[in-house]
Amino acid sequence: MIRERYLNLAVLAGLLALALWALAGDQPFTITLLTKVVILGLAAAGLNIALGIGGLVSLGHAVFFGLGGYAMGILAFHAQNFAPLELGPLSIAGTKSMPVIWLAAIAVSAAVAVVIGLLSLRTSGVYFIMITLAFGQMFYYFAISWSVYGGEDGLSIYVRNGFPGLNTLDPIQFFGICLAILCLVLLLSDRLARSPFGLALNAARQVPVRVETVGLSPTRLKLLAFVISGAITGLAGALYADLNRFVSPTMFSWQLSGELMVLVILGGVGRLIGPVVGAAIFVALEHLLGGLTEFWHIWLGVILLLIVLFARGGVVGLISPRRVGHD
Amino acid sequence: MKKLLSAAAILALSAGLASAEVKVGMITTLSGGGAGLGIDVRDGFMLALKQSGRDDIEVLIEDDQQKPDIAVQLADKMIQSEKVEVMTGIIWSNLAMAVVPGAVAQGVFYLSPNAGPSQLAGPGCNQNYFNVAWQNDNLHEGAGAWANQTGYKNSFILAPNYPAGKDALTGYKRTYQGELAGEIYTELGQTDYAAEIAQIRASDADSVFLFLPGGMGISFLKQYADSGVGKPVIGPGFSFDQDILGAVGDAALGAVNTSQWSKDIDNPTNAAFVESFQAEYDRLPSLYASQGFDTANLLISALDKAQPSDADAFRAALKAAEFDSTRGEFKFGPNNHPVQTIYAREVVKEGDVLTNKIIGTAIEDHADAYAAECKM
Amino acid sequence: MSTILIIEQILNGLQFGIMLFLMAAGLTLIFGVMGLINLAHGSLYMIGAFAAAAVAGATGSFLLALAAAMAAAALIGAIVEMTVIRRLYATDHLDQVLATFALILIFSEGTRWIFGSLPLYLNIPSWLAGPVTLPGGIQYPLYRLTLIAVGLLVWLGLWWLIERTRLGIQIRAGENDREMIAALGINISKLYTLVFALGAALAGLAGALVGTIQSVQVGMGEPVLILAFVVIVIGGIGSIKGAFVGALLVGLTSTLGGVFLPELFKLFTDPATAQSAGASLASMSIYILMSLVLIWRPTGLFGARA
Repeated sequence: MIRERYLNLAVLAGLLALALWALAGDQPFTITLLTKVVILGLAAAGLNIALGIGGLVSLGHAVFFGLGGYAMGILAFHAQNFAPLELGPLSIAGTKSMPVIWLAAIAVSAAVAVVIGLLSLRTSGVYFIMITLAFGQMFYYFAISWSVYGGEDGLSIYVRNGFPGLNTLDPIQFFGICLAILCLVLLLSDRLARSPFGLALNAARQVPVRVETVGLSPTRLKLLAFVISGAITGLAGALYADLNRFVSPTMFSWQLSGELMVLVILGGVGRLIGPVVGAAIFVALEHLLGGLTEFWHIWLGVILLLIVLFARGGVVGLISPRRVGHD
Repeated sequence: MKKLLSAAAILALSAGLASAEVKVGMITTLSGGGAGLGIDVRDGFMLALKQSGRDDIEVLIEDDQQKPDIAVQLADKMIQSEKVEVMTGIIWSNLAMAVVPGAVAQGVFYLSPNAGPSQLAGPGCNQNYFNVAWQNDNLHEGAGAWANQTGYKNSFILAPNYPAGKDALTGYKRTYQGELAGEIYTELGQTDYAAEIAQIRASDADSVFLFLPGGMGISFLKQYADSGVGKPVIGPGFSFDQDILGAVGDAALGAVNTSQWSKDIDNPTNAAFVESFQAEYDRLPSLYASQGFDTANLLISALDKAQPSDADAFRAALKAAEFDSTRGEFKFGPNNHPVQTIYAREVVKEGDVLTNKIIGTAIEDHADAYAAECKM
Repeated sequence: MSTILIIEQILNGLQFGIMLFLMAAGLTLIFGVMGLINLAHGSLYMIGAFAAAAVAGATGSFLLALAAAMAAAALIGAIVEMTVIRRLYATDHLDQVLATFALILIFSEGTRWIFGSLPLYLNIPSWLAGPVTLPGGIQYPLYRLTLIAVGLLVWLGLWWLIERTRLGIQIRAGENDREMIAALGINISKLYTLVFALGAALAGLAGALVGTIQSVQVGMGEPVLILAFVVIVIGGIGSIKGAFVGALLVGLTSTLGGVFLPELFKLFTDPATAQSAGASLASMSIYILMSLVLIWRPTGLFGARA
């Protein structure tokens, strides 16, 4: 049994070490794969706040991932074509600067999360799962037919956006940016879980009545968690778009929402490092199995199934079981 | 399947022994609902390589799962880690738009065996991007021209509500000179067409033009045949090709469709291709298989003259396109897209097998509408 | 647009709704009794269609094909229930979603492995082919009328099964109190296997019937799965009546939205833009309907109050 804190550090350090090893061995694609792990881990870490702490099973988190992606795509598209985005009286020139794009991604995702959250939180259980799915489908179909930004073809951004002082085209530098953000977000969610807000949220998930009696509104707590969660997933979407230098409506698809959920459960629901471990396993499986057989999805399915059936608490739960009877 | 694996194995083995000189990266769709098309392109391509007997071409094949982000990551892998010099294989326009601009910007040659989005034919054209199939609008333009020749005056046209669907209707209208009885965008992935068929029945259309790729076309054709509406159907070859005719069945009989290839185009290369494809894979080749086959032969013809490392000479060799195409003559226009004849075909039954037979020429030496916007 | 056409489109909407009910009935039954979210329901639908295509191809008999579709789906459903699903009843929805998501991957690629990547042939038998003339001069395909009849029969059959039979009493008891029926000496795991197999058989039947006029291909179950979920969520999960009403609502919204929204937009803008914008809104319409229903009634139209 390993203390969770050490495990968390070991996973993050392991990612960094692998990237440096790949750099030394001149294997840029390995760094790209590791960057994908970090970004998907970040997206799933966002979901984990809603899912793990708030108990909100959202099958629509692809909405935020896609919004982040399109925030990047649209801003960079207008910048690369030198055609400002006209919003009534407002004229936005577009930008190729990552920090500005991140802020936009976070703001848009958070704003949409407020609306979706307010409407969805009227329901619970399976209905919550399905109403979030419905919002995902609305965004998906809208994006497909939104021809200004490429519709189903998506948008290509030919050169990765910039970050002051760094060369983002260099895989290891872009990896560094993503890893730094991931560490920051994980630190934040750790603080969040231990804060009065996090404790109240945890209580709201388990015994809503008790929270109400002390004068807090469980719905408002959950809404805040949902918004923070959506904003983080949105930020991950912007980074993912920059990794591929491309956005498309598939970022809004329900399969992607499902995959994010798979990452969280694979790693361990409510465990800080769970989403990152889940992402690492998923990307590794996709990469390794894909090379072995044309029908690799079968084996991916079998492995997922075995984990659900025999490794409750995900992989992190296997390595570092929780002592207290949580959940 | 087994045969194919052994062929690939031999290829990989011989490539290993003779220290491969050219690395080709093929990203195509090999899993999920769209896998049929990718498998056909791959099989056509590998058949041509096998027949050439060359051992200096190493092909890396990866499955993009029809997801653009996966395709981009595979392209990064092939270019950054595997150092491929030539890429090919992508089936879908949205995936091509995700991969091709980045790949050619890094100096890789890309030979498209299927997708031909308008952006890459017009302003976004590139000297290292060659399309061996068609610009997306070509077959629809052929359909419009054929409708004129047949004397249709009032077409009802429909396509899914996404960029390729809009391009299809635009392409048809570009050449078609009659009136429109109706114009409908259906939902992408729609499976029930009762409402659309009722509108067609109620209209005074004399013909129906449709672009509904894959399962959408199968569903529509079955339901349309059963509705008894019976107005003549015309469409691009995609909705009437070997990969789906078997599933549509007799409902497709008599439908007219346009294509740059047909298994009865009369030239020795094509006859040999159809025969050897059947012998190798035990099925009739499709449009996509012929495109994969032509792509490989174009590549081989260029490699006979120059190596990709000598980019200018290799590019000129590709542009010359001196290979025996299954379509007969083959030449590139100024934007590296084919200038070619589009045939009208009719779905017929040969014994128990549904297939296509040429009934006429829709347009001769047809170039795409975007070439003028291409500056390179 | 003529009145006849409008009536025909309403009929099309109802017909599409009944088709959706066929797909959703098994899903809502399984959820109602076992509380299980089964994402693999679409896979059972696909299995039914493939089994029907294979048997119809080999024997030429449509009725045999339908029987085979139900048998194959029920059999595979029972096996899956006994090996995997059974372990999920006690877990939360999250694990169920992941496990049945994994089953989708296995079934989809497994089917492709066995049947290949190309769509299969399955068509309307000659005795059900072609249109008939309805009062008012509407030409309507006989097969679609048959689908409506089968859908209504399934609805009646389920009602009879649940309200009037011994098994139905056990099922209703199981919905309310698992321990109770175990105490009454009923073998609950056998009951669950049976219900799951029944739900699977309904999915298989739907796959065969609907697959006959659509495309029998790998992945055909996924869009259906989403639609079926929309239907049962609108109706209230676990309620057969809800599934029926929800299905009709979704069928009408989807069909009439696709027809009338573009017409509506033409009043404000040019035809090409109107077509495209109307079609976009139409494809979102059922999801908008679903969120409106849930905002109004958070447990669906006929769902148990939370």
